[in-house]
Amino acid sequence: MPGPGAPRGARIPGKKVEHPFKLLGRTLKFVFRDYKFHFVIVLLCIVVSVLASVQGTLFTRTLIDSYILPMIGQTNPDFGPLAGAIGRVAIFYLAGALANWIQARVMVNVTQGTMRNIRIEMFDHMQSLPIKYFDTHKHGDIMSMYTNDIDTLRQLISQSIISLFQSAFTVVTVFISMITLSIPLTLLTLVMVAVMTFTTGKVGSLTGRYFLAQQKNLGIVNGFIEEMMEGQKVVKVFNHEEENIETFNRINDELFDSANKANRFANILGPINAQLGNVSYVLCAIVGGVLAINNIGGLTLGGLVSFLTFNRSFNMPISQLSMQFNSIVMALAGAERIFNLIDEKPEVDDGYVTLVNAKRNPDGTLSEATEHTGLWAWKHPHKAEGTTTLTELKGNVVMDDVDFGYVPEKMVLHNVSLFAEPGQKIAFVGSTGAGKTTITNLINRFYDIQDGKIRYDGINVNKIKKADLRRSLGVVLQETHLFTGTVADNIRYSKLDATDDEVRAAAKLANADGFIRRLPKGYNTELKGDGGNLSQGQRQLLAIARAAIADPPVLILDEATSSIDTHTERLVQEGMDKLMAGRTTFVIAHRLSTVMNSDCIMVLEKGRIIERGTHEQLLEEKGRYYQLYTGKPAEKVYEQPEQA
Amino acid sequence: MLKTLSRYVGQFKRDSFLTPCFMLLEVIMETVLPLIMASIIDKGITKGNINHIYLMGGLMLLTALVSLFAGIMGGRFGASASTGFGRNLRKAMFENIQTFSFSNIDSYSTSSLVTRLTTDVTNIQNAYQMILRMGIRGPFSLCISMAMAFFINARLASIYLVAAVFLGFILITIATKTMKYFRQVFEKYDELNRSVQENVAAIRVVKAYVREDHERQKFNRAAGNIYNMFVKAESLLTLNGPVMNLTVYSCIILISWFGAKFIVRGDLTTGEMTSLLSYCMSILMNLMMLSMMFVMMTMSAASAKRICEVLEQKSDLVNPEDPIMEVPDGSIDFDDVDFSYSKDARESVLKDIDLHIRSGEIIGIIGATGSAKSSLVNLISRLYDVTAGTLKVGGNDVRKYDLVTLRDSVSVVLQKNVLFTGTIYDNLRWGNKNATEEECRKAAKLACIDDFIESLPEGYNTKIEQGGNNVSGGQKQRLCIARALLKNPKILILDDSTSAVDTATDARIRKAFAEEIPDTTKLIISQRISSIQHADRILVLKEGRVDGFASHDELVKTNEIYRSIVEAQTQGSGDFDEKGGEL
Repeated sequence: MPGPGAPRGARIPGKKVEHPFKLLGRTLKFVFRDYKFHFVIVLLCIVVSVLASVQGTLFTRTLIDSYILPMIGQTNPDFGPLAGAIGRVAIFYLAGALANWIQARVMVNVTQGTMRNIRIEMFDHMQSLPIKYFDTHKHGDIMSMYTNDIDTLRQLISQSIISLFQSAFTVVTVFISMITLSIPLTLLTLVMVAVMTFTTGKVGSLTGRYFLAQQKNLGIVNGFIEEMMEGQKVVKVFNHEEENIETFNRINDELFDSANKANRFANILGPINAQLGNVSYVLCAIVGGVLAINNIGGLTLGGLVSFLTFNRSFNMPISQLSMQFNSIVMALAGAERIFNLIDEKPEVDDGYVTLVNAKRNPDGTLSEATEHTGLWAWKHPHKAEGTTTLTELKGNVVMDDVDFGYVPEKMVLHNVSLFAEPGQKIAFVGSTGAGKTTITNLINRFYDIQDGKIRYDGINVNKIKKADLRRSLGVVLQETHLFTGTVADNIRYSKLDATDDEVRAAAKLANADGFIRRLPKGYNTELKGDGGNLSQGQRQLLAIARAAIADPPVLILDEATSSIDTHTERLVQEGMDKLMAGRTTFVIAHRLSTVMNSDCIMVLEKGRIIERGTHEQLLEEKGRYYQLYTGKPAEKVYEQPEQA
Repeated sequence: MLKTLSRYVGQFKRDSFLTPCFMLLEVIMETVLPLIMASIIDKGITKGNINHIYLMGGLMLLTALVSLFAGIMGGRFGASASTGFGRNLRKAMFENIQTFSFSNIDSYSTSSLVTRLTTDVTNIQNAYQMILRMGIRGPFSLCISMAMAFFINARLASIYLVAAVFLGFILITIATKTMKYFRQVFEKYDELNRSVQENVAAIRVVKAYVREDHERQKFNRAAGNIYNMFVKAESLLTLNGPVMNLTVYSCIILISWFGAKFIVRGDLTTGEMTSLLSYCMSILMNLMMLSMMFVMMTMSAASAKRICEVLEQKSDLVNPEDPIMEVPDGSIDFDDVDFSYSKDARESVLKDIDLHIRSGEIIGIIGATGSAKSSLVNLISRLYDVTAGTLKVGGNDVRKYDLVTLRDSVSVVLQKNVLFTGTIYDNLRWGNKNATEEECRKAAKLACIDDFIESLPEGYNTKIEQGGNNVSGGQKQRLCIARALLKNPKILILDDSTSAVDTATDARIRKAFAEEIPDTTKLIISQRISSIQHADRILVLKEGRVDGFASHDELVKTNEIYRSIVEAQTQGSGDFDEKGGEL
């Protein structure tokens, strides 16, 4: 069954699967790890059902030879023994059917359970990955792993593995029986099996090659459709439909060509193996006939008949396995991507300083509290002395000569130093790409700095546990993301146990209460698809409320006023202003009006702070800020910072 | 639905016809093979007749050869018929999508169209291949076996008939029931997808609020739901096996018992009984396969429906008969125009719009988000049709023009604009595919993007990545303007197209427009007063109605909305990059 819903083919597999056996082994390990007991049952059931079916095949002959033939011509035949034999075989049949069913039923749980466990393990691990992973991987690709790639494993676990065992069991039993009957004929059969394996390998690799080409072309078609659908309105405006159809037809034909070939070779693999099996049968019949008639090698005619039956049973599993070839190739390609995610290095966190509730003792010192006190402290254990100290959380942030680049070859920030006193409002201004958002990414350690130091209340942020560090920082990002759920759920996201009153208070603070109450179901209105039914401004207000309810001592506001009309912008601004009161706040802006009242404004250009000071100081300085604010040319001369 | 789809088999009709034919040939050979094998054993080996073995062996090899040929041909034609069908479906869908109007486009999301053209087509393709290869073969083989069984002994064969009907009934019941569960499985898949997608998109929020565990719980629930639903659906399906087994075994036992009696009475030979038993397997196996096919077909029915939706969607904007092939000038007249996006919308997006714009005028348009600025200009190039009233361009109703002619004369730079994969030249030539390099450079100069392009190492041959992600927002907007200019339009519409361009450059572009293309009517939508205050007239929109339409000076005096915007923007309006997107 195809995995529904997910974007497909966006990836281009392009290359061959490396270490297929290792991957297969790892997948099997997953199955065995959680379902050892189940698997033993399944194996037993396979044995029982194979034996039962062997009994069934043998029954026909005994039925005729031992029961029916003797009765022919008897005037008063006794059907009693026959009834007994039928009864006995019926029991075998029942056991076989039961074993079959148990095996299938247990495998459902094993397969689905393994899939669920792998999914959960993937997601679990994914949550621990650094932001960098999400910034460098296409979201469609990540999603596709949870559906398409996992789905390919389904076939592998539920069918391929089982047929592997079944076939192995059949092949071994049949092989032993064949050897006892005739060694030369067994060798002949083996030679034919070798031929079959060889052709399977040849045709199979052709299939595999065209199959990969098909995936690649599917990726191209997918990419083209995506690009053109995204720009469909531009296509219409420029009357570009004909050209589009031309290009599409070309890549569509290429896809057809590779799909056609892939399917063709996959289709003919079955007939080829089946007919090679027939050739093997004929050869054995002729060679065996010559041997038996001339009495060579002790082969009897009866023995030859049996051998021919075994010849068929021996060839069957091999052609069956060859039919699974494609799904195994696909599954391994999927498994490779899954394991790549699972092997991805998680975010390192060597922090040992934690955030705790604190209460103030009469003597002014702090001690740890178990209940919520509204007063927070950093708990700092000192290993050397075996003591712990408590430092009050104030929101003092210092950056000292920080260098940073997303990739080592390209530094984005150079020698950035800044100092924020508790309760201060620090603004970053500068044009797109100057590095404003990057600085905030460093404070909450979404990314780690290459050089320099960041201190938070005097503690190096590397020493603070990431979870605790982030809990102390409220963030309103430029791009608002909401979750499926009610409006209240979304506000509560930063404090899961918040009461309804707290939710409402936060919404009021953010100026969001008004519009929320006008929604069809107020706070219980369900949001769908990232809050698509709300306007940009409303979504922004919810994000502010979400930050407000956590009541963090430090705030990071990545302002987003693009495409918001003046009225809404004013609402958003007011909400933000209320939220900022009394907290250390980092504001990112490109519009000067929003930052004028900051305690310190940093003007960033190409990853460097080129000016800093209050609004008045900066105007005085007559530099870039002055130039932008007044529209008059700057009088200050800048040194051209060298590009790293 | 089937009728719609079958139309697209097209040139692969021959292959679609040949596939089942070869499959039939293969079935016939497969039916003959056991007879030959039986003959080898009964007449050759058992009697020690080596010549008979040679003869029959030769015959068997010949049969195998024919069967191989049929199998290969069947596989070959099956592959080309089904993948060809898939190709035709994709082609037809894509071509139809190209005829879609803006309102058609609005009703499909990109991802849904991508899924329809890829996953859904693949589903149909696989189902079609299965029908061609197995759909005829299965029933045929079933009939042959049944006929042979009846030929041997009608009374015993009737056991099979009863068994087949019984099994068929049970299998279909299970399949139908399972389908119900599978449909729910699909819904659970959506839930899982959503959970992953939201998480990945909002990972910064998740990490910033340390909500990894909360997300893990949410995901575990979604994964658990899929597990439960799948186990339900599949355990039902696992009943197929034992039901099948038990039926086969019951048949064998019944045939053995009654067969024995018949043989003893002399009504049946042992050889005949052996054959009867071997047909038993064939009949029931084929039934099993048919039920599998039934399940697969019902599953792909959903895909078929989604494909047909796209194929049958008719564009709601069609070229008029006997269209006007030239736009005389750039004048625009709105006569009492009303507009709404859907027919049953309660409120119109635009109401009572009555505007008359002379050729060559510069018009600024301003208003709050949702005041229908874009909707208004989109009517001019007939991206949507008016709901009431008439809209004239160059003195003629826009609905009377040839669409291509109209859109070539009315050039719109859309708000949500995109560049495409290809060089800068390629992108610019969207405006006019025959434009010379010189013309391209001239347009780039007008849009003040020539300096930037020339500073690139490969100049105009620089590759633009999908969506124009390797140029900044402002550069992208200016490239889009240059592209629109290459059309040499009578009317140029800029829908908030310089929002990411700095104020100085914006002014240079406006100046270039005024000097170089004075006869072109220019409509400029902007949130920024500086972009429109020098226009001949400025249109102030409020909730889909005209609130003011006059010059800047006049509006400052008379129009409340306009005045408040001006006041808000003149104080400390410095902006590092005027609403340019953060990275």
